Amino acid sequence: MTPRRQRMLAVAIVFVGVSIAATLVLRALDMNTMYFFGPEEIVKGEAPVDKAFRLGGLVVDGSFHREPGSLEAIFMVTDNVEIVTVSYTGVLPDLFTEGQGMVATGMLRADGVFVADEVLAKHDENYMSPEVAKMLEEKGHPANAMDTLVEDPT
Amino acid sequence: MIPEFGHIALVIALCIAVLQSVLPLAGAQQGNVAWIATTRPLAHAQFFFLVISFGCLIVAFLQNDFSVKYVAMNSNTALPTMFKVAAVWGAHEGSLLLWSVTLGLWTSAVAAFSKTLPNAVVARVLAVMGMIAVGFMLFILLTSNPFDRLFPAPLNGGDLNPLLQDPALIIHPPMLYMGYVGFSVAFGFAIAAMLAGNLDQQWARWTRPWTTTAWLFLTMGIALGSWWAYYELGWGGWWFWDPVENAAFMPWLVGTGLMHSLAVTEKRGLFKSWTLLMAIAAFSLSLLGTFIVRSGVLVSVHAFASDPARGLFILIFLGIVIGASLTLYAYRASSLETRVGFAPFSRETFILLNSILLVIAAGVVLLGTLGPLVFGAFDLGSVSVGPQYFELVFLFPMLPLVLAVGVGMHTAWRSANPRELFRRLKWPALGALVAGVLIPWLVFGSVSLLTAVGVTIGLWTVIASLIDPAKKVVGKGPRITRGMVAMQLAHLGLGLTVLGITVTSAYTVVTDESMRPGDTREIGGYTFRFDETLPITGPNYEGIQGVFTVSRNDTELTQLKPEKRVYRVQTNPMTEAGIQGGLGRDLFIALGEQLGRGAWSVRIQYKPLIRFIWLGCIVMVIGGLVAISDPRYRQRVTAKAAADGATATA
Repeated sequence: MTPRRQRMLAVAIVFVGVSIAATLVLRALDMNTMYFFGPEEIVKGEAPVDKAFRLGGLVVDGSFHREPGSLEAIFMVTDNVEIVTVSYTGVLPDLFTEGQGMVATGMLRADGVFVADEVLAKHDENYMSPEVAKMLEEKGHPANAMDTLVEDPT
Repeated sequence: MIPEFGHIALVIALCIAVLQSVLPLAGAQQGNVAWIATTRPLAHAQFFFLVISFGCLIVAFLQNDFSVKYVAMNSNTALPTMFKVAAVWGAHEGSLLLWSVTLGLWTSAVAAFSKTLPNAVVARVLAVMGMIAVGFMLFILLTSNPFDRLFPAPLNGGDLNPLLQDPALIIHPPMLYMGYVGFSVAFGFAIAAMLAGNLDQQWARWTRPWTTTAWLFLTMGIALGSWWAYYELGWGGWWFWDPVENAAFMPWLVGTGLMHSLAVTEKRGLFKSWTLLMAIAAFSLSLLGTFIVRSGVLVSVHAFASDPARGLFILIFLGIVIGASLTLYAYRASSLETRVGFAPFSRETFILLNSILLVIAAGVVLLGTLGPLVFGAFDLGSVSVGPQYFELVFLFPMLPLVLAVGVGMHTAWRSANPRELFRRLKWPALGALVAGVLIPWLVFGSVSLLTAVGVTIGLWTVIASLIDPAKKVVGKGPRITRGMVAMQLAHLGLGLTVLGITVTSAYTVVTDESMRPGDTREIGGYTFRFDETLPITGPNYEGIQGVFTVSRNDTELTQLKPEKRVYRVQTNPMTEAGIQGGLGRDLFIALGEQLGRGAWSVRIQYKPLIRFIWLGCIVMVIGGLVAISDPRYRQRVTAKAAADGATATA
């Protein structure tokens, strides 16, 4: 092989290698990208049925239910437009309470119940997940939990 | 008055920084000795006024001056003194001031420990650092002033976020910032070299100890953050691929590459433009990290405040810094390169491979971190990238990288003999392979392919790092210089961390249980008995403590006391895990909530070898310390200075 051919071959191998690697990385990115939906989109049927996604909203007051001694919790989540029932088995985060924002990761069951495998709550009393806050604002029901000390007190 | 003093001191520091970014640089470019002579005094003065400013903020916290808005929001009279000081950098404004003070410290340190460098070089480096300081101080004064007053002043403050009330959090941000900001020195040296149009091996020798120092602080900072997340966030995870963790990890990856590529530039005069690019990239990623943390554009534990003005400011600043340095790079870098050959099989090739793989690793992390931002910018929906992406993709560059470390460190500069290397390394490599498959299988009863690979390359790196020292002990090894000890320690640390990550990821047992006092559970061969719950009272919180007795084969080992605390001011419940640590395994219990009928939700974990993750980081840091202690960096410079002095007198 001439040096010129060798160089061409090397370039071709690098090109193919980089293409394969890039494809694999982007595929991994695509497979693990989770979209964010609110209850309204779920009720409208816009959320996927066979793929995990994130559900955000406020926990409906008085909706939290748990059989005494059981780890399974059932509660409802709302964007002030529609309501979705969520089921989660396990330890809930410290700051999870009714009336507050939360984001859950999981899948939609055939009966319309969202089965969460992870539940995240806000990190402190002044802070709400930006996604939930933005969603509520866009739907014309801004969250009022935010304008405490963080905002200008005057 | 004290907050006003702090404010004024900050303004003065800004003015000095403006002078510092103009006078020395103009002096160096035009050969004006008087202007160059202002460099060091300006650097020290800038740092002095920043310290005054920072001190004023600390005093405001200690005096419970709630007329200062930032104090009112982040402190409380009941907060223990230790945490009052930590609260200074517990939120956005103060942490930015800490950023500036850290930059001031580095600036002042460069001014103080560069007596033997040519003055023009120091002038250029400090001018570049001065420009960065101007940007950050403007940012503080325009968008995030910690000295803003609040009227009327509240009687008491909003308290520090309970999550942050922890000793590790006192030192975690300063450590991290020392690392982040420390890369500004390497950046300054890189820009200075391009401005001067001169980059020699001496340049690399000056830059190396600064880069290593920044790197070891960053390593420590990241390890502390991971350790804090493990025991304070309450649920036993040690790395979440959270955007802010990634923000610190990307400069670490590129900074590690920079350290290695600097070694080649110093020893062989090669890879100059690559080294410059890595120096620019490491610091740009530090700035990007600051943008990610401070702008609140990404969902994160660390996102204190989302204020578009702040995000925009940092984004513009980032654009200027990266744009200007890459433009300079485009004009100057190619003229600095020297042509020296090296064989395809040599230390140089391995370090090149190291750099490329580390950049790829940083690249895939960057893609996953900024991907959601790009989606948001084009209104394609709100998305997040799951940790599964990072866990999978990160392996592509990292597995070959760690595998190559053990070979690379035994490969000679310039040209190595592969056959001879194979003869020397075949038994250690075979040993690592056999042990990597057998040990996990014998200890844990099963082994997956990925686990076997992870344990093998971890052991391989550990063994490879110890070959030369072991030979030395037996008395037939080669001479080991301090630089080699540093390298062996750092690589040993890497091997330990890889072992820890692999084993803890593969064999951790986690279970959420519903338990009543008196119940027992068997996890990982240990018996956990829930004895009782007790009320507890702390300085600014109250809570409940669970008492668990852990036993193995009917022998009582220890009692674990996880807590559920409620802080009085912010009224947030907080989980304090009960952990019994050990080199071989951690036992971990976190108390969830009451489930009714006397039952509690409890998370119990058995985490083998998790301590190796942080132990490895500590060993890496020790390696870095040994590296910067090398008298070579001072000796040679002194000799050079002596030569300079001789020509000056002649």
